[in-house]
Amino acid sequence: MSLLSDPRWHEALGHLPDYLGNHVRVSVTALALGLAVSFPLALIARNRPVMRGVLLGLASIVQTVPGLALLALFYPLLLALASVSLQWFGLNFSAFGFLPAVLALALYSMLPVLRNTITGLQGVDPAITEAAQGVGMTPRQSLTMVELPLALPVIMAGIRTAAVWVIGTATLSTPIGQTSLGNYIFAGLQTQNWVFVLFGCVAAAILALVVDQLLALIETGLRLRSRIRVAVGIIGIAALVAATLVPALARAKSSYIVGAKTFTEQYVLAALIAQRLQAAGLSATTREGLGSSVIFDALESGDIDVYVDYSGTLWTNQFHRTGIKPRKELIDDLKTTLAQQNITLLGELGFENAYALVMPKQRADELNIHSITDLASHAGTMSIAGDYEIFSRPEWAGLQKVYGLKFRQQRQMQPDFMYAAVASGEVDVIAGYTSDGLIAKYGLTVLDDPKHAIPPYDAIVLLAPRRANDEKLRAALQPLLGKINIATMREANLRASGNDAQSSPTAVARWLWDKIWKK
Amino acid sequence: MSDTPALIAFAHVSKSFDGGRVKAVDDVSLEVAEGEFLAIVGGSGSGKTTLLRLANRLIDPDGGTITIAGEDIGEIDPIGLRRRIGYVFQSGGLFPHMSIAGNVGITPRLLGTPKPEIAARVDDLLDLVQLDRAQHRDRFPHELSGGQRQRVGVARALAANPRIVLMDEPFGALDPLTRDALGDDYRALHDKLGLTTVMITHDMTEALLLADRIAVMRAGRLLAQGTPHELSRSDDPYVGELLGTPRRQAERLQAVLPPGGAA
Repeated sequence: MSLLSDPRWHEALGHLPDYLGNHVRVSVTALALGLAVSFPLALIARNRPVMRGVLLGLASIVQTVPGLALLALFYPLLLALASVSLQWFGLNFSAFGFLPAVLALALYSMLPVLRNTITGLQGVDPAITEAAQGVGMTPRQSLTMVELPLALPVIMAGIRTAAVWVIGTATLSTPIGQTSLGNYIFAGLQTQNWVFVLFGCVAAAILALVVDQLLALIETGLRLRSRIRVAVGIIGIAALVAATLVPALARAKSSYIVGAKTFTEQYVLAALIAQRLQAAGLSATTREGLGSSVIFDALESGDIDVYVDYSGTLWTNQFHRTGIKPRKELIDDLKTTLAQQNITLLGELGFENAYALVMPKQRADELNIHSITDLASHAGTMSIAGDYEIFSRPEWAGLQKVYGLKFRQQRQMQPDFMYAAVASGEVDVIAGYTSDGLIAKYGLTVLDDPKHAIPPYDAIVLLAPRRANDEKLRAALQPLLGKINIATMREANLRASGNDAQSSPTAVARWLWDKIWKK
Repeated sequence: MSDTPALIAFAHVSKSFDGGRVKAVDDVSLEVAEGEFLAIVGGSGSGKTTLLRLANRLIDPDGGTITIAGEDIGEIDPIGLRRRIGYVFQSGGLFPHMSIAGNVGITPRLLGTPKPEIAARVDDLLDLVQLDRAQHRDRFPHELSGGQRQRVGVARALAANPRIVLMDEPFGALDPLTRDALGDDYRALHDKLGLTTVMITHDMTEALLLADRIAVMRAGRLLAQGTPHELSRSDDPYVGELLGTPRRQAERLQAVLPPGGAA
């Protein structure tokens, strides 16, 4: 099959109005906010050396914080702020998605605007500003009629730099729940769908180029006093914003939002749920690539309506419980705890996706390692790889304590890559997932946990508080409960990790549904 | 000239910079009569430019008073004052992003004059400084020669019909021919419009040829003032030195150039 006739292009194109629209909205808002704050600040600071130094210093420090970290920082900050504002003023706002993304990106855009506005204004020939004074201009007239027009090229260059940075960095707002062109990139990376990754990159690059050129047009228009150029530039940007708003407004009606975390299985299950809702005549969209703790808060505050979590994850991470309970008891306990937050635990899907220590079967046999107890004595010479969160989760601390595990080296990697890494001997052991199809594919073995240090991780469907009594939703999801066994899920995950047209989450979800009901 | 009332009067004016370390203008008293053309001559650092900038409150004095038409300028709004006084800057000081018409019409625009009136005034002023209106109106400063730019600078200074024009080495950067022509043209305008002009220059020859009266400054102090004739009787050695140069040049030129020749 040629690259261009790959149906994934078509699928990618289908997401474009949503992803691009959100991307433009968050970028333009952030840029406008960044400008609105930094431009006046630059004007105030230009003749105040101390303030100027402090401002530029702070902005430079912000710039050194990696974009993803900056975005991630704003989420808990706003979460705390939201609870304070709810308590004191009865005002609630969502700390999820748009707001943290806009704030972080606006902050990111400040340095180039500040720096260029200040240096641009300082670069104006003092003889010219004296002439402005001499012909009888007030300081304000001198600023608006002489200094700003002369500094314009430098200021506009700063704005253009900021625009390109913001549009690029906005692709990183996906994990905090803001849909963007980054959705292509994150989803593509998770499911090894390189068509998506490429599509996302190219789309973001084209958007950045277009906005940059429109701003350049406005700049030359202002410089040459050509109203037509300015108008075309402004109309272009307005049209871009309008074009991305229209489809969003058209489909804004109470559609259900299905959340998904950052790994393949979650993408498949979210697609499956969305398909079920659509089959029941409900409109549904998915919001993928959400961080593990972000997604629960998002459900609680109603930013998403439904998602699949795992009992052990909630137990240890969300509710900070220790002590391992049997599967059934854990579910019952969770049900009551979640009910206190008005979250509905609709039921189990039927399989468990537990963390497990995994190593090549052959090597395990050679070393006579069958359980984690056996592994403990070898761990000192071995390296282990895990996903981005395992080593900071309480389960890992528990596991280390119970078995006295101490590895020579711990590494973090993209979940889809770690199976290949352990199979090739790059690392000795991985903290994998029991439902992962790659375990069988690479001839790996799951080590027993005789001391039950790892809690059960039944996949459970959670509903947002506002959907608690939504009968249509419940009815649409009922056919999934208890129907997906571990073998089926492993096969689905294996399919989704392939890199062809049949491996997109949507396609795999369709396969999964057929498998459940037509066998 | 002391019998006519002074239009501009400096009385014991001082100004220092850098927290008092540099005395740019040191107790200067000087009067300029209405209709007079005064040249202030001095080397760099003599304080002549500072004195000029004090007259339209681009800077304020540390001591002494400056009055214009009897009014203490320290008491009046500096913005309004500057709009009433024409100012010609050293190398034109034209706004590079504005057309010639925009530059010339700037002060009327600041004063809120209606647009058609400004346009008509700009055309008149271009005629006055002998620039072709149709050819120059819409061009930008960088498209003009140095002499043309300075003519625009003069037109801009005259735009709001000032009684007083201050000129800061206006012709210093021009080639000798242009400089001569421009000087003569300006002197004619001064007479025709009944202006009161204060011109800064470091060139005594220029001052002698254009001005009614000359003030000589050195190290912030006013050394001498008077008509060329009065000045030539000064016993100050520096004034004598300044006058010596044009004298010697005139004698040598007389010897070199046969009278009535092609030059």
